[in-house]
Amino acid sequence: MIERRYENDLKVYVKVEALFYPDGRLMPLAFWWEDGRRYSVDRVTEVCRAASLKAGGIGIRYTCTVLGRQTFLFYEEDRWFMERVRVLDH
Amino acid sequence: MERVILHSDMNNFYASVECLYRPQIRNRPVVVGGDEELRHGIVLAKNYRAKAASIRTGETLREARGKCPGLVVVPPNYPLYLHFAKYARQIYADFTDRIEPFGLDEAWLDVSGDNGVAVADEIRRRIKGELGITASVGVSYNKIFAKLGSDIKKPDATTLISRENYRSVAWPLPVEDLLYVGPATKKKLLRYGIDTIGKLAAAPLPLLRRVFGKVGYVLHSFANGFDGSPVMRLDEESLLKSIGNSTTTPRDLTCNDDVRLILFVLSESVCARLREHGFLCRTAAISIRDNELFRLERQSKLQTPSNTSGEIAAAAMRLFRQNYFWPKPIRSIGVRCTDLLPAGALLQSSLFGDEENRRRQAALDRTIDSLRRRFGHFCIQRASLLADKPLGSITPNPITSFTR
Repeated sequence: MIERRYENDLKVYVKVEALFYPDGRLMPLAFWWEDGRRYSVDRVTEVCRAASLKAGGIGIRYTCTVLGRQTFLFYEEDRWFMERVRVLDH
Repeated sequence: MERVILHSDMNNFYASVECLYRPQIRNRPVVVGGDEELRHGIVLAKNYRAKAASIRTGETLREARGKCPGLVVVPPNYPLYLHFAKYARQIYADFTDRIEPFGLDEAWLDVSGDNGVAVADEIRRRIKGELGITASVGVSYNKIFAKLGSDIKKPDATTLISRENYRSVAWPLPVEDLLYVGPATKKKLLRYGIDTIGKLAAAPLPLLRRVFGKVGYVLHSFANGFDGSPVMRLDEESLLKSIGNSTTTPRDLTCNDDVRLILFVLSESVCARLREHGFLCRTAAISIRDNELFRLERQSKLQTPSNTSGEIAAAAMRLFRQNYFWPKPIRSIGVRCTDLLPAGALLQSSLFGDEENRRRQAALDRTIDSLRRRFGHFCIQRASLLADKPLGSITPNPITSFTR
């Protein structure tokens, strides 16, 4: 049976540059946002399994610091996604 | 030492997983429903908003839409649900190796020696944080009351049924809340004025024995919390109790040739699963539902344990011929293999059977398994299945049952 995949506009699949360590650890180094810009991951502060209620999905959540701000990268089975931040009109 | 048993039940499992992955429908009434074009159009699971609109599991999607015009119907995604079940079991495994699954969404855990309520709360917290869905957990000193406890408070709650409080917590509940009290048993119990678990616990044993036979003892024990059955270990292969497949066919079956074709499709699928898990079966069973939803189930022992598609299909067809005389066309049909034993077990060869032919059939099945793994299910088929392409090309969902 083929597993169906889910897409929605709050879940953004991104290209990620990552490092695989000999002990099996995986660390994201940078990602490319959908506009093509590359962002370096300055620091990973936490790695844990977690759900993303915002984007809809589960995976290994990497809490990253990027340009001084905290953001999440989720490793979902075989690809990476991020949560889109909704900017409200004032 | 007093046993500490948990029963974890992930709330509205299929619907919760679908709502997690589809944020846009999360605040609407949602049901997971089968494919209406394939005549599988029933409610498989629902979220709380759909429940509030009185939608019930098992009713047709048409009825459900009638009750709730804005209802969102989504198709099931079993592979994803299997992933979630696996992740939940990984969480349980951090607390104990005694884990007995009960379907995909429920499991008993033996955490004797630990603080049951604290473990239950931690499991709920982790399921919510890591899987994005909620679970209700019952805590007790036996499996029956633990299961009962997980049904009392939903969603995302822990309920303790202890030796001190079971009379006030479990006994006032309706008798049908007890495991194994289905509609038929409830109806019989009501005839004797037994409508709560407490009344069942207090009912005279001779009466229960007269009405229900041996099951009367079991019901009496369950209602009194006397269940001492152990929680199985997850790695015990004996968890598998049966492997079966059933399907609602694209059109009603009207003759033996139709049935033979479907029984081959189902038997192939069941036997492939038996081989995958390394089992032989000693008993084959069929289930039939006619187009007025009357249900019939029959089983028989095999002469020799088997996991060969041809032998199981022949046994299923024999059962069918002996038990169904076409009062009505058939809407759905199933094949189930039970009484499992490991494929490597020492067996008595049949004195009069053709062992060489059996070996060749088994080798052929293994070759077909290998081809299908590499090139897909439809890369090789029995010629007889091509006689009716819509019927021959169904791919039924395998169902694996666990020891209960």
